[in-house]
Amino acid sequence: MSAGSRARAVAWIFFAATQTVAGAEIPLEERRSGYEFMSRDTRAMQDDDATNPGVFWVLDGEALWNRKAGAAGTACADCHGNARVSMKGVAARYPAWDAARRRPVNLEQRINMCRTERQKAAPLEHENRDLLALTAYVAHQSRGMPITIAPDKRTEPFLNAGRATFMRRQGQLNLACAQCHDERWGKKLAGTTIPQGHPTGYPLYRLEWQSLGSLQRRLRNCMIGIRAEPYPYGAMEFVELELYLMWRARGMKLETPAVRP
Amino acid sequence: MTSRRDFLVAAGSLAGGVALASAAGAARATPAAMQEAIRKVVGEAQIRRGRVRLEIPPLVDNGNAVPLTVSVESPMTQVDHVKAIHVFAEKNPLPNVLSAYFNARAGRARVVTRIRLADSQTVTAIAELSDGSFWTDTVDVVVTLSACLEEFV
Amino acid sequence: MARAVVKLPSTVKRGEIVEIRTLVQHAMETGFRRTQLGEVIPRNIIRTFVCAYNGKEIFRAGLHPAIAANPLLAFTTVATESGTITFTWTGDNGFSVTESATITVE
Repeated sequence: MSAGSRARAVAWIFFAATQTVAGAEIPLEERRSGYEFMSRDTRAMQDDDATNPGVFWVLDGEALWNRKAGAAGTACADCHGNARVSMKGVAARYPAWDAARRRPVNLEQRINMCRTERQKAAPLEHENRDLLALTAYVAHQSRGMPITIAPDKRTEPFLNAGRATFMRRQGQLNLACAQCHDERWGKKLAGTTIPQGHPTGYPLYRLEWQSLGSLQRRLRNCMIGIRAEPYPYGAMEFVELELYLMWRARGMKLETPAVRP
Repeated sequence: MTSRRDFLVAAGSLAGGVALASAAGAARATPAAMQEAIRKVVGEAQIRRGRVRLEIPPLVDNGNAVPLTVSVESPMTQVDHVKAIHVFAEKNPLPNVLSAYFNARAGRARVVTRIRLADSQTVTAIAELSDGSFWTDTVDVVVTLSACLEEFV
Repeated sequence: MARAVVKLPSTVKRGEIVEIRTLVQHAMETGFRRTQLGEVIPRNIIRTFVCAYNGKEIFRAGLHPAIAANPLLAFTTVATESGTITFTWTGDNGFSVTESATITVE
């Protein structure tokens, strides 16, 4: 094969790959939050802080924010002050690049890094009540703000890995995330409408859980649904997928704490 | 050979693994058990249809938190008011759902809550008035199962 | 300590019918669920809710396992006088939460 034809072949493969991806993605103006697929009653439950149970975790998070923890005896507020000011817009740009680890970290990981490195406290386990509360409180400060994931040279490989995971068929049902959430959104799976899968409200109160839960918990449910072995909590694959999903939802407004069926 | 029923049961368990597994072992209430629970509250009194308005969406996203409103036509005065509203579900593990007690100071006989429904079924609301009469309304609810659940047992 | 959120207008006209909305933090464990190892998770629910207006009971509810987690209860009362409205939830394992709100009647 000549250098020219090899280059053409490589270019064609690259083109085909980008075509597959670009062809499947939802046009920006057609994107809709899962909120819009819910019944009127479930939307009302999210809209009113007097009926949205997610508010309890936000209130718990506020108390934790101001409580001293760990060997250092410091509270989040000692460094970050008033979260209403300092945390405004923060969740909208997570997962974000961590220079020391040379990889993106999600909000839960960032909170745990603060705990271990600043507060000298034990990290909180995934789905731990306090971690959900702190994450919900921080993310709540960005409610109504647009998601602002702006990939750069450092984060792009991770975002692309997340996209590849989203597009890859997995599990015994041999389904890719994209087959439901890019190609078949708005159609029915069992009795429920398939949403587009935008992570605009995490951590969120899921009626199915009767509790607040993280995006990774939801992603694990999806993986179990397609009979794939879920990645462990905190796995790099999940952070990459979170980064891709947040980028895919760029410009959409955060709703934390959202309510979903 | 797999019968159609076996297949439906298997397919159902794919969609509702947790719901089925978690309710396993618990005897479901039956319409008869619900009638018994209702008789415990109203005794031998006649229950008439009317005056009560039970509002539940006919199709719900999830049976874990179904919005419910019961209101009763009543002047809510000392001499003529609603004393209680009772709610029953015929296919939950237990038929009793809620009992709300009022006096004339309520102004309106109305209560709002969120309930659990284990399955598609008929929900019954019964109002007990200060004159000793009982009134009822019923609603048929279809509960859809979530597609992607936590775990399979 | 479980949290409770109550919502009602702070200032109302005498004789007005006021809507009160209450939400309390509680899992309402039904007693019918099992762990993955098959052990029954014991029932742990709120059994009773009482609302009193300046010390006089205006609304009461008996709750069963069919009430959704983090129970919502909304009801009405006639605004008779300024004062305090108290809300008390009691349940299994000594569960008890009290919340109060003030109301000004003009």
